[in-house]
Amino acid sequence: MDMGRAKTYPLDRRAVVAALLRDRGDMLVVTGLGAPTWDATAAGDSALTYPLWGAMGAAAMMGLGLALAQPERRVLVLTGDGEMLMGLGALTGIAVEWPANLSLVVLDNERYGETGMQPTHTAGSVDLPGMAAAAGWPLTGTVADQAGLEAALPAILSAVGPVFHSVKVKAEELPLAMPPKDGAFLKDRFRLALLGTA
Amino acid sequence: MTEPMPAWPDRIFEVLRRYDVAQVGFVPDAGHSRLIERCAASNEVRAVTLTTEEEGIALLAGAWLGGRRGALLMQSSGVGNCINMLSLAKNGRFPLLMLVTMRGQWGEFNPWQVPMGQITEEVLRLAGVITFAVDADADVEATVEAAARMAFEGPAATAVLLSQRLIGAKAFSR
Repeated sequence: MDMGRAKTYPLDRRAVVAALLRDRGDMLVVTGLGAPTWDATAAGDSALTYPLWGAMGAAAMMGLGLALAQPERRVLVLTGDGEMLMGLGALTGIAVEWPANLSLVVLDNERYGETGMQPTHTAGSVDLPGMAAAAGWPLTGTVADQAGLEAALPAILSAVGPVFHSVKVKAEELPLAMPPKDGAFLKDRFRLALLGTA
Repeated sequence: MTEPMPAWPDRIFEVLRRYDVAQVGFVPDAGHSRLIERCAASNEVRAVTLTTEEEGIALLAGAWLGGRRGALLMQSSGVGNCINMLSLAKNGRFPLLMLVTMRGQWGEFNPWQVPMGQITEEVLRLAGVITFAVDADADVEATVEAAARMAFEGPAATAVLLSQRLIGAKAFSR
């Protein structure tokens, strides 16, 4: 366990998410509860983002269902290390289902950020991309700095996947940027934007 | 002479197809084995093995966002794994069709199945799921159809509880 190191990581999570979503085009996005939802909202609320406010552990599997339903669209799941750790089984199922259009990015600050910045297991020995690789994801990696982010962006946005990246981001508490809270509204506006019918 | 009625899992499969169910998530149960085989063999249905049942609620919410319908198969013990994830279906008003094979209910051999089997329906109702218990072979198709219609036309979260009496208590012998 290293409680100090994540405070020195150079990448700012808001800037990382802004870079990931800058040229999103018609990409479909699911964000895991907590900071990834705030980060995506800070980058610009979008009808084609489903921001989770709860249902911890859901993000990856929601991405799988969406990616299988929309195989022609890129699907990006943005989640945190704590949320991913609650749904680790999804790493195995996604690898087996092999959705070529799915990318999963863990914004890894090695903390439970909404509850007092307690360390997650990624502050210890756990290597999430290593676990994804062991499960069979064909493209995995860890991003630690700006050069690494720029190098990983093309794969995250367009490579034949599934793609799993952990982006090590600075452990810090940032202002909340909240999307609409009503899950049914968020669902209906997503479907309206994507399918033309709620 | 009339044709013999197909087995109930085959009749359920036909209901799922009539309702355009395209993704089926499941944690296997012996009682669902025939239906799982039918889904896995179908070109129209994507059968997704789950490591734990709550994954299926998220999977099918994602499918619905993408314009596809789904169904979730599990045994009664798996219902306990789903409770918090059912908040996704409830808050998002996602359609959810659960087909639950009951254990711990009728002539159960394994006492470890009993605690969850005895509270399955109550727990689902507390979590906001409309439940339909079915005991008789002749009622299976109409019940699944009713649950599917309420799920997809609602939208609502519905669960069909296929009783252990219908399925037959598992015999532990090989």
